[in-house]
Amino acid sequence: MEMQSTVSDAPTETLRRIWETPSGIYGQLATVDHKTIGKRYLVTAFLFLLIGGLEAGIMRAQLTRPGEHLVTPEVYNQLFSMHGMTMMFWYASPILSGFSNYLWPLMIGARDMAYPRVNALSYWTFLLSGIFLYTSPFLGQSPNDGWFAYAPYSLGLYNAGLNMDFYALGLIFLGISTTVGAINFIGTLINMRCPGLSMSRLPVFMYGTLSASLSIVFALPALTVACTFLFLERRFGMHFFAVEHGGSAMLWQHLFWMFGHPWVYVVVLPAMGMVSDIIPVFSRRPLVGYGFVAGSTIATGVIGFAVWIHHMFATGVPMMAMTVFSGFSFLIAIPSGIAVSAWIATIWTGRPVFKTPMLFSLGFIVVFVIGGVSGVVTAAVPYDWQVSDSYFIVAHIHYVLVGINVFAVMAALYFWLPKITGRLLSERLGRWNFWMMFVGVNIAFFPMHVAGILGMARRVYTYPAGVGLETVNLATTVGAAIFAVGILVFVVNFLWSIRRGALAGPNPWDAATLEWTTSSPPPPYNFAVIPTVGSRDPLWEGRVIGEAPSALALRSTLFSGPVLDHGRQTMTTSAIDAAQPVPQSMPADSPWPLILALAIAATCYGLLFGAWWLVGVGIAGTIVALAGWLWPTALAGTPQSDPVTVGAR
Amino acid sequence: MARADAVSLSLVGAGLAILSGCEGGASTLTNSGVSGTRETLLGAFLLIVAAAVVVVIGALVLIAAFRHREPHGVEAGIEPTRAAVDRRWILIGGILIPVAVLATAYVFTVGTLDAVASPGHPYAASVTLTGHQWWWEAVYQDSEPAHSFTAANEVHLPVGEPVYFGVQTADVIHSFWVPELAGKIELIPGRQNSLWLEARVPGVFVGLCSQYCGTQHAHMRITVVAESPDAFHGWLARQRESAPAPADSTQAAGQQVFLTRGCASCHTIRGTGAGGAMGPDLTHLASRHMLGAGAMPNTPPNLMAWIQDAQGIKPGSDMPRMDLPPRELEALVAYLETLR
Repeated sequence: MEMQSTVSDAPTETLRRIWETPSGIYGQLATVDHKTIGKRYLVTAFLFLLIGGLEAGIMRAQLTRPGEHLVTPEVYNQLFSMHGMTMMFWYASPILSGFSNYLWPLMIGARDMAYPRVNALSYWTFLLSGIFLYTSPFLGQSPNDGWFAYAPYSLGLYNAGLNMDFYALGLIFLGISTTVGAINFIGTLINMRCPGLSMSRLPVFMYGTLSASLSIVFALPALTVACTFLFLERRFGMHFFAVEHGGSAMLWQHLFWMFGHPWVYVVVLPAMGMVSDIIPVFSRRPLVGYGFVAGSTIATGVIGFAVWIHHMFATGVPMMAMTVFSGFSFLIAIPSGIAVSAWIATIWTGRPVFKTPMLFSLGFIVVFVIGGVSGVVTAAVPYDWQVSDSYFIVAHIHYVLVGINVFAVMAALYFWLPKITGRLLSERLGRWNFWMMFVGVNIAFFPMHVAGILGMARRVYTYPAGVGLETVNLATTVGAAIFAVGILVFVVNFLWSIRRGALAGPNPWDAATLEWTTSSPPPPYNFAVIPTVGSRDPLWEGRVIGEAPSALALRSTLFSGPVLDHGRQTMTTSAIDAAQPVPQSMPADSPWPLILALAIAATCYGLLFGAWWLVGVGIAGTIVALAGWLWPTALAGTPQSDPVTVGAR
Repeated sequence: MARADAVSLSLVGAGLAILSGCEGGASTLTNSGVSGTRETLLGAFLLIVAAAVVVVIGALVLIAAFRHREPHGVEAGIEPTRAAVDRRWILIGGILIPVAVLATAYVFTVGTLDAVASPGHPYAASVTLTGHQWWWEAVYQDSEPAHSFTAANEVHLPVGEPVYFGVQTADVIHSFWVPELAGKIELIPGRQNSLWLEARVPGVFVGLCSQYCGTQHAHMRITVVAESPDAFHGWLARQRESAPAPADSTQAAGQQVFLTRGCASCHTIRGTGAGGAMGPDLTHLASRHMLGAGAMPNTPPNLMAWIQDAQGIKPGSDMPRMDLPPRELEALVAYLETLR
């Protein structure tokens, strides 16, 4: 049937020629290589982290002392809105997509994602929507109603500039990226796994991302609808939210939080998954309770749809609704409890090795738990009435997002960057990096709980002197500065490592999963032969202490298998068991994703400025790009006799 | 009941009590309100449990990390999986203990929710509180319509008696929060929400808008004065009255400034021709603790500064800069200071 080979005999030069993106500008713009796209995601999202951090820095300078006049109230309001939007939408989720894009095919023994061109579209729309949003500061009209954008303050009557148009259009635009990305992850996870990599053998990171992607598919439409309503109401005189015209201000809150709460899980579940995969490597044992942890990521995603009212306990919801949503908000802590228990048990029963990824993972657990329990506190409706919309919630959300997302991302960067760059980061700088961020995050955000309990409302550009808020705010600013230095240490470490770092080799951490069988960085074709997996930890087979070494212990076949060199080919298998392998031809590089993204960008700018000619150009461009994309062609290098040849997909 | 709660709270919350000692602050921990005390009791329980969870887990993480450190780095062999041990960790640490703690917290929550749903005894007053960008309008309702009156940015309560607040908004969403007395309630267009406040002790409390409402969200405060029932009824009687007539020529000149220089187009002073509805009712301006919805204390120099340069003090508010000659300004302040 298919040509079988061992890695050493595989026609790697042929594979390289088939899979390598040609150098030059066209190749760079048309590439669909998941590794290139993943790297671009990581770099772009990290830049947004730095921009959002800069905005936070200005806010903290303003709040260092009471009555400070560094920025005007309006500028402050734009800063906190942009900070929230940037971090929640253009950093926290895309950085995880970067890891998924880069790592997934490597983790599942595939040569690309299921929909490579959709993948390119996802990146270009992410980048261009970010550029779209960041046009607003140059006009002095950035969104100014928070990341939550409550109506009616978002409506033209109170907010006449372009500010909230940037919000509505920017999020609709980004929504395209997020949605197609999520569908790509779901399709990849179900279809693209190599033989034997059944659902029960997946890295937990993939379960987290699967749960997040399903949440995106079901939750993001609520935000897109809300933003569409907002734009139509602002610019076309339609009435959705203005009460005086028969609209409902509550409609926005419901739509936003139906999306907004699942979104929190979108930006934490993959991160929890990454830590669930990192901790076992540095504990020298498989994860405790794999099935429980994988299941709890899915359960969290599901229950995450039943808690949105807890953002609205102070809106006068009926007693019955408060009782029920309070109950679900307590309930959703249980899957997290399972995960924490599994992590601690893994470390407890293992033999921990203190490398930087492990330090960040340990810090992650502590910060995660602080953010988690402060969230449980807000599930108690009567106390939520006290702390809601106060700095207590600012503390909570930052413990959750910095703790679960940023700390996990740092662990993941130290863990997987050597795979991506081929070089290890400095452990010495890594320890500085960890301690500055761990100390910084606690000095910055713990006092915020106190500020909230002392009655400091959120989203205030200043606060009065003499009411006990000076110390906590000063501490927060100092902590934020320490945290920022920690981030800078990482940047320095990264720049140093790509030139001077020690060569990583294929598997510097002696980890167990498939991505560590490839060279670092991996070749364009990822795997010279498609591996066959026989256990959850293929690279640890035969290495378990006390287990008699025998041929039987080696259940996976990692270094021989089908070559698949008839054009760009990879293996697809059945959805649950990863059986019945069928070669699948993959599309070639294509300029259409970029052209489509540019056309959508033109449409958004046209709508923003009311430039109808530009809207026309954008829509025409969209149609042309879609037609070009979908035009039926034989896939490059695919023999016509191949039964699995399909047209564009 | 409330007293017993407060006693137990001050016992369990001893560690947190240090936070409540700030003069003039708006701490949620002072337990000055009946419903607020119940809410804080629940909160203190949860925060203590939360702190315990953090300490226990932090300790477990540390012990786990240092218990069996691997001296040989990552190349070492792989620890075998013992399914029964693993399952026990998950079932006890991940399910049993969390379920027990969360179920307790939930029962406490629902009990508190029920307890603070309504006060135990009849309302002493009913106030319609309207949020504006960025100030508060308070109408004390009376079954005798002529006895209803409008105040702004300051409300009074009788100690030991509940007061009903029907809350609504004139523009965007606001939120009414008096941290020392109770949790908050949002003021939402098209919705009638309500809240009751009962102060256990006399005092001057800070209320604030806690839902972001635009440029000057930071300066949308309301003073809440809890006083003895006698004092409260005296306040009610004085607030119902119209403004006194000017007593001397300076005050009369000041009133003329108010009526002719545009102030009256936005502000009402009952008993004069000033009937503007855009800004706060100023009939008893001088009786209030604060100016500009909590922007600064109500003193004659501050009042003068506010009239001259409200935009410098509270940029973005609807109060314009009044460019008055010094004599007129002084007369105006002299007149406004009579509005007690």
